[in-house]
Amino acid sequence: MSESSDIAITVRSLGKSYKIGHLETVAADDTSAGGAPQRGIWPWRRTGGRQRLSSETFWALRDVDFDVPRGKVFGVIGRNGAGKSTLLKILSRITEPSTGMAEIRGRVGSLLEVGTGFHPEFSGRENIYLNGTLLGMRRRQIDRVFDAIVDFAEVHRFIDTPVKRYSSGMYVRLAFAVAAHLEPDILIIDEVLAVGDLQFQKKCLGKMKDVTGQGRTVLFVSHSLTTVNSLCDTCMLLENGRVTQIGPTESVTASYFASSEETSGSSLDLRSDPPGDRFCRMVGARMVDRSGESLSYAHIDREFGLEMTYELLEPSTGQVIPNFHFFTAGQCAFITSPRQESPVTLGRHRATVWLPARFLNEGTYSVNFAATTPMPQCCHFHVQDQFCFQVIEDLHDEARHGAVHKVPGAVRPQLNWSLH
Amino acid sequence: MSVTRIQPRRRFSFFEWKEIVEYRDLLYFLSLRDIQVRYKQTSLGVVWVILQPLVPAIIFAVLFGNFARLPSNGQPYLLMVFTGLIPWSLFSNTIGRAGGSLVGNSNLLSKIYFPRLIIPLAAMGSVVVDGLVGLMVLVVLLALFGVGLGWHMLAAPFFLLAAFLMGLGLTLVVASLNVYHRDFGYAVPFALQAWNYLTPIVYSSSLIPERWLFLYSLNPTVGLIEGFRWSILGGVPITTTMFLSMLTGLVGSLLIGMAVFQRIERGFADIV
Repeated sequence: MSESSDIAITVRSLGKSYKIGHLETVAADDTSAGGAPQRGIWPWRRTGGRQRLSSETFWALRDVDFDVPRGKVFGVIGRNGAGKSTLLKILSRITEPSTGMAEIRGRVGSLLEVGTGFHPEFSGRENIYLNGTLLGMRRRQIDRVFDAIVDFAEVHRFIDTPVKRYSSGMYVRLAFAVAAHLEPDILIIDEVLAVGDLQFQKKCLGKMKDVTGQGRTVLFVSHSLTTVNSLCDTCMLLENGRVTQIGPTESVTASYFASSEETSGSSLDLRSDPPGDRFCRMVGARMVDRSGESLSYAHIDREFGLEMTYELLEPSTGQVIPNFHFFTAGQCAFITSPRQESPVTLGRHRATVWLPARFLNEGTYSVNFAATTPMPQCCHFHVQDQFCFQVIEDLHDEARHGAVHKVPGAVRPQLNWSLH
Repeated sequence: MSVTRIQPRRRFSFFEWKEIVEYRDLLYFLSLRDIQVRYKQTSLGVVWVILQPLVPAIIFAVLFGNFARLPSNGQPYLLMVFTGLIPWSLFSNTIGRAGGSLVGNSNLLSKIYFPRLIIPLAAMGSVVVDGLVGLMVLVVLLALFGVGLGWHMLAAPFFLLAAFLMGLGLTLVVASLNVYHRDFGYAVPFALQAWNYLTPIVYSSSLIPERWLFLYSLNPTVGLIEGFRWSILGGVPITTTMFLSMLTGLVGSLLIGMAVFQRIERGFADIV
């Protein structure tokens, strides 16, 4: 057991199930439907007769095993509904697991949502005490760090003003400041960095690094892979309530991209039912690099291509021109089509557009593929909302100038500047 | 270094009092929050706390004492009503205010861990403060009516504690069931009203005919009210039946309250 002192959190076959009950009316002679009658909180009210409670067990989390070494930042990623929040809720003891166990060595501070428990009528000072004790601090401890909290939140002048008069920025700053000064051994964080302005985000990031520098352990859940990539040493991928991968952050985030490919992803196979008309049909699309290898995501620093495969079936009256429509955040970012002549020979063709490095912004783009003939005007196919891809960027990148979150904009081209 | 083990709980376990002691500052600030919110935006503030029991006590004293001439065992009718109202408000206001506390604080409960019992306890804080103000008014009234001190007054804290604990037990039941069925929010004021009539607050239990007295005394709050009244005003002590049913009600409500509360506590975050 000597090595166990280096482990801050141990989780063994942890599971959480929910019973999803359906109260259904069944025919009196139908005994097949529904499970055993469930007892609600009324022990005497058994369901029977015409109505019965059938229930279905849903596992939000199942057979989860992992260890978090002391002093490390451990990231948890996964799609919505993968069980991330459930895991955090169990570890911060808000809800109980159904199976398995977790052992936490040290005092836990959890930051599931900043500002919970703030009372709008109370002054900043009163809320610091209320919130601090809510997070498990003693009054004397708060006395000690009170000034540091106020400094960090930058609310000196308003400390005796009711927080309902605070700007939302001040409110969030104060809330994070209280939580950040908890001094726990283990900090559980869910997406707090998504708040505040850029400068404050940098400050939060710095504070988190301080925390780990002092040998504290951080369990960090985020949707922002950029943040996870830069903060976490080790990362765990959850899928449908199960752990699918644990390892160095970069390789786990890479395979997270790969896994998201299946449903929404950056390759499209339409061979089974190719859309199109009698002249031209689309067969598939994928993301490629210069050597023709498939990519599962794009890096902002590297050139990549989008390749569409299509078939010409009959000689058409005019040229068949491929065109790609790029969308991000629900807006059309741009449409592109080739300038040179398109091939006319019957059979398979590939049309690839090359997107230079430092052109698209980081983020998710969806692409609609179309093939049109101008004279007479005719659209052979228009494949919408079936292909998307992600552009990622290293958080430490110089060009970000320290921004923690997504830099706004559909594109982020590297332009030439003159500085005098 | 503290080690926390998180596992599914199976059996009935007693409250982790140690943890509640650890979080006593939270209890303090949460109660303070409730008390301040109650009085912060009122201009009369504590005057309301004084008026709340005093005005009805005067009305009942005039109606029942002067007009209907109901018996008051030789005591001023106003004092008799007031000594009934103090433990009763402690008991019923607890249920009334803290009964909805879990539902009312669901945003806290679903996001932060702390001993859940703190929430209803903190909601009872303002009731206790109201009770203390009521006691001070009582002291003034006693002086005005020239009631002398007596050894029986030493029993008063015991009856107040009993009222508090019985209220706590029922509060835990009500607060927990409220989470599942909001109907309780409507049923409770109604039930308390009915219970009020069955308890000798604005009248004396000497009004009850002899052959109904035993049945009447089975109501645990009868002993509570008459006991407190005796401890302040003296006179005839409560009957054994009254005392025993009070004790039974006290222990029973606490045990049931704890059992129900614990059962609900586990699944609470999954429900709200």
